Amino acid sequence: MSANAGTVSEKNPGVRAKSAKPASPWAHAFRRLRKNRLAVTGLVFLILMGLFCTVGPLFSPYVDERVTGANFNRPPSAQNWLGTDNLGRDILTRLMLAGRISLTVGIASMLLSVLIGSVLGAVAGYYRGIVDQVIMRFADVLMTIPSLPLLIIMGAVLSDLKVPSDYRIYIVMLMLSILGWPGLARLVRSQILTLSQREFMQATEVLGLRDRRKIFVHLLPNTLPLLIVVATLSVAGAILSESVLSYLGLGVTPPTPSWGNMMDSANSLIDFQKRPWLWMPPGVAIFATVIAINLLGEGLRDALDPKMKK
Amino acid sequence: MSDAMLEVKDLKKYYPITGGLFGRTVAHVKAVDGISLSIAKGETFGLVGESGSGKSTVGRTILRLTDKTAGEVRFKGKDLYSLSKQDLRQIRPEMQLVFQDPYGSLNPRMRIGDAIGEALLDHGRASRAEVRDKVLETLALCGLSSSHIDRYPHEFSGGQRQRVGIARAIILNPEFLVADEPVSALDVSIQAQIINLFSDLRDRQGLTYLFISHDLSVVEHLCSTIGVMYLGSMVEMAPRDELFAQPLHPYTRALLSAVPIPDPTLKRERIVLRGDIPSPVDPPSGCKFHTRCPVATDACRESAPEFREVGSGHFVACHLV
Amino acid sequence: MTTMTNTLAEIKGLSTYFHTEEGIVKAVDDVSFSIPAGRTVAVVGESGCGKSVTALSVMRLVAEPGRIEKGEIRFGDQDLLRLREGEMRGLRGNDIAMVFQEPMSSLNPVLTIGEQLIEPLMEHRLLSKKEARAESAGLITRVGIPRAEEMLKAYPHELSGGMLQRIMIAIALSCQPKLLIADEPTTALDVTVQAQILDLLNGIKAESNTAILLITHDLGVVAEMADHVVVMYAGKVIEEAPVIELFQNPRHPYTKGLLRSKPVIGRREERLYSIPGQVPQLIGLGEACAFADRCESCLPVCRERRPVITQGENGHLVACWLYEEGVSRDE
Repeated sequence: MSANAGTVSEKNPGVRAKSAKPASPWAHAFRRLRKNRLAVTGLVFLILMGLFCTVGPLFSPYVDERVTGANFNRPPSAQNWLGTDNLGRDILTRLMLAGRISLTVGIASMLLSVLIGSVLGAVAGYYRGIVDQVIMRFADVLMTIPSLPLLIIMGAVLSDLKVPSDYRIYIVMLMLSILGWPGLARLVRSQILTLSQREFMQATEVLGLRDRRKIFVHLLPNTLPLLIVVATLSVAGAILSESVLSYLGLGVTPPTPSWGNMMDSANSLIDFQKRPWLWMPPGVAIFATVIAINLLGEGLRDALDPKMKK
Repeated sequence: MSDAMLEVKDLKKYYPITGGLFGRTVAHVKAVDGISLSIAKGETFGLVGESGSGKSTVGRTILRLTDKTAGEVRFKGKDLYSLSKQDLRQIRPEMQLVFQDPYGSLNPRMRIGDAIGEALLDHGRASRAEVRDKVLETLALCGLSSSHIDRYPHEFSGGQRQRVGIARAIILNPEFLVADEPVSALDVSIQAQIINLFSDLRDRQGLTYLFISHDLSVVEHLCSTIGVMYLGSMVEMAPRDELFAQPLHPYTRALLSAVPIPDPTLKRERIVLRGDIPSPVDPPSGCKFHTRCPVATDACRESAPEFREVGSGHFVACHLV
Repeated sequence: MTTMTNTLAEIKGLSTYFHTEEGIVKAVDDVSFSIPAGRTVAVVGESGCGKSVTALSVMRLVAEPGRIEKGEIRFGDQDLLRLREGEMRGLRGNDIAMVFQEPMSSLNPVLTIGEQLIEPLMEHRLLSKKEARAESAGLITRVGIPRAEEMLKAYPHELSGGMLQRIMIAIALSCQPKLLIADEPTTALDVTVQAQILDLLNGIKAESNTAILLITHDLGVVAEMADHVVVMYAGKVIEEAPVIELFQNPRHPYTKGLLRSKPVIGRREERLYSIPGQVPQLIGLGEACAFADRCESCLPVCRERRPVITQGENGHLVACWLYEEGVSRDE
């Protein structure tokens, strides 16, 4: 036995391998995530919120556009659980429809900024040199501009151009992702740079693998965990930014509802003091959704990359 | 030598140190400072040295994983540094590398079957179905079982991961293998397994090795020719038995006597060197070893000794030999 | 060893467990051995065998999620595990000092060597600043570093690994400890520098009668340094003997295998002997002998019950069924 122990396959492949099924790093991460109660709570809440906004309106007896002159500014009642607004629309129904818009804007602008950010970041990190310089300096310039004033200016310009309400939500998405990608690009680039230094990337060079394989099989899958975490957290940021803009009347504008522009009613002193049912529900929805996203994001971070903890 | 697998002539690798506001190059780390060696087909060449000796850089530069500063590397007669990127990629499978760190050199998100087989696929050497068979065969050759194929690196111990690293390198049927401290991260009882695997593979596949290590006892066990490096330069190079029986350079002697021997009854006269290894940024003038050499003379401080042949195949760089 | 020396420290039934998400890791499991005054005891084993955790347990420096579960560490007339944290702090660095594997991370990078040496001297030995400074310079000279005054003003990053390890030893010696724990003190160093540090440690032992608890994986280092050797495997002591006895007459199959699998210069063999299999994981170790799966001379009983460490002749202790009376040898 000892004479050829070097090549004989071991009868005992180590206690590590007690489970028959090999566990991928993703499966491990999922298991860790499941153990994190806060993150699971966040995830469940988000799923419920999603259902509430998408399926909810189907069960509503009210059609959003219906304006009932006689029924405006009613406090919560058996017919209108959350009351009605100044045009007599049912707040609950409107909250659901607004949620559709706010969540869509949040997720879509995240997707767009992740797409732009990770592609540009990966290109900059992998090819270095002049490409890197151009992309990253451009990102730097975007990042030095304070985002809120810029958004306000862009929103004001849009209002000036009298862009129809339906189109505005797309433009808001675009605005948010233009501001969102530089941070992501920077992150992906630094990840790629670190990964390139890792020995397994040197190994791909030794093996003579093609660039395509190096990037898509080795580099990108290893940036994915971080990307998922940051993307999740950036949805929260986008929802908040949209709300701020819409609250100021510069983002999504009525009649298209969004949580932000529903909050607009808090602008009037009477509504603020006497009719909390007008602005409390969207406020609570924004608050709870953002917290849930953050909890999930933190949980994902701990689960996907235990080293990042603390 | 016509049957040389690898020929290295006066190889230099300097890393610039930048400083100041505009990142000008202010100095160089002379990691490899003029190394020449030749490795015949089927030979196992051991490269020994302490940290900062540049032995790992020699390995990487020989494989063109970093650019050289000067000198020439010929692999089977071809000048590696004149190859185009495409040609280099084509020749890569013939010369492989086994890394020191079995943890860092495997992609954590890749099943080891894929990690071992991907190069075959990427070079178009086998179809997907053939790759699996070939991987299984190589796993067995490297002492791993077929059930390991779908596992991830984190499920393995250090020694098993090193086997995976070796399997990944030899599945391409290389002729030349650089092993960069392949056992120094492993436990003693596992080291022996891996060392035996290296010698089995050599016997079975007729591999040529450049075996880089800081551990003289490992090199003595495995290598037929040994080169000793100090601060980027080769100080002595000789066939194994010659080197261990008759070490000529004072550094080689000190190195040999510094290795602790697992025998408590053995009382040896140990040559303990003074001081530490100087920085390769600003190596001592003359003979680089003179600051620590127990027998240094004025000549050593003034001029660098020539690396010359003193016996058959025995080279040394010392004024006093 | 026929002459009984004074026992400086005695570890009895020490168990340190780590409570991890995957389960309880019995890093140190019922470990006992003693350290005679002025001698070097080497604890040798592979990664994960519990040798470092044993050292940290003696210092009571085991970090979460590790906990010392039971046992006794007698040092003089007190049990270290029963001391209050404050009392233990007084003992650390005073009577017991420790040198770690990575000298760079054990020193504070923003303080000069002098500051890190002088302050403990003022605090523990109540010296004036001037006295402490002179003493520090003396210590630096003692650990073999020339130009001590300059060295006091240097920052850790300006020194090489070997120098830093000397400084660590100087700091450890500053309060004239009775016991110096050295956890892989030369593993991060080059061979030629290792030789210097080993000489230094041997010199210290001879001069000031400091006992050394040396933690190492290198049998060569053990042979050169130790008076007494404790071999650990999977959290347990499996063999213990005076150094010459252990190397000449190893009894446990693991110790034998370890000694045979190390290539030795000048003793070349065609093939190295190698212990098959992998170092075991410490979670869910059953009732069997932890080495049974890798053992060439495994008996049926080895897979059922764990052997107890028993005293043999020449001060040799071994935990192996092969040396027990009345054990069935049939497969």
